[in-house]
Amino acid sequence: MAEQPMPLWEVFVRARTGLAHRHVGSVHAPDAEMALQAARDTYTRRGEAISIWVVPSSAITASDPADKDSLFEPTASKIYRHPSFYEIPEEVGHM
Amino acid sequence: MTTIRVEETPHLTAILRLADTALVLSHRLSEWCGHAPMLEEDLALANIALDLLGQARLLYQHAAELEGKGRTEDDYAYLRDAPQFRNYLIAELPRGDFAFTIVRQTLFSAYFHPFWRRAANSTDRTLAAVAAKAEKELAYHLRHAGAWLVRLGDGTEESHRRTREALDALWPYTGEFFEVDAVSRAMIEAGVLPDPEALRPNFEETVDRLLREAGLPRPPAVWMQSGGLRGVHTEHLGHMLAVMQHLQRAYPGARW
Repeated sequence: MAEQPMPLWEVFVRARTGLAHRHVGSVHAPDAEMALQAARDTYTRRGEAISIWVVPSSAITASDPADKDSLFEPTASKIYRHPSFYEIPEEVGHM
Repeated sequence: MTTIRVEETPHLTAILRLADTALVLSHRLSEWCGHAPMLEEDLALANIALDLLGQARLLYQHAAELEGKGRTEDDYAYLRDAPQFRNYLIAELPRGDFAFTIVRQTLFSAYFHPFWRRAANSTDRTLAAVAAKAEKELAYHLRHAGAWLVRLGDGTEESHRRTREALDALWPYTGEFFEVDAVSRAMIEAGVLPDPEALRPNFEETVDRLLREAGLPRPPAVWMQSGGLRGVHTEHLGHMLAVMQHLQRAYPGARW
């Protein structure tokens, strides 16, 4: 039997304690409903989750690792973007 | 070779039927471990097997309390021979191909999901507690197996053919769900077990809906297989137990 490759899905899980969904991995599944079930069985076996997202991997547009220098290097010299140049008033105490 | 003799009362027999069914089906599912069509499904089937194993353990612990002879769950699982097993026949059939496993799990869950939902009101408090847990698990098993059934039935020519063959092969084993003998009659009257007749509409509705979505014909009324509940099994159970019980039989009392 000629088998068609199963589509790949990226899995995002919101942990019990977390606010946002985090990428945890991927699963193969024929469609969205089965992808949710596969994600449940693969990534939430230890009571980690309260919510799951699955997204077709093909729907993700990724940056090219070769563009790393042009995309991310220019920020290296802009240390003033870090909030480390403010004097914190004494009354604030620990932040 | 040690084999225990269980002195069965109607209550104990009723619990053993449920425990044995969960254990035997769990074992059949575990046979897919490392062999499923894909990793994701390997995990899914193992998850279902572990749910059923968990149910079996609680039920055997309850059986041990009822019998009151200081037995453990392992004694029931490993130290009885096939004629002493009280499981539904549908649970012991060899795992077959993936379609067979999915059809079996669908039919099984279509009955046992409403069964456990009702059993949550059992006058047997321990059984009611097991039921509350099992009901949630079976809801997922039904969802998972049912979703596959629809995709296999409505899939390729080959998946449709295999699913249909599995359905025809398994349908005669669904009659046992609704079998009521003196034991179950007494337990129904005592409020321990739900009356299977009350579960029939729910079972039929689930099965009809899924078969319709899967594009599979409802099997005609046929002669129904029977025997598991009173220990009359297919040839397959003995072979399965030989594998499952091998370690305890070869090294009695072996521990991890």
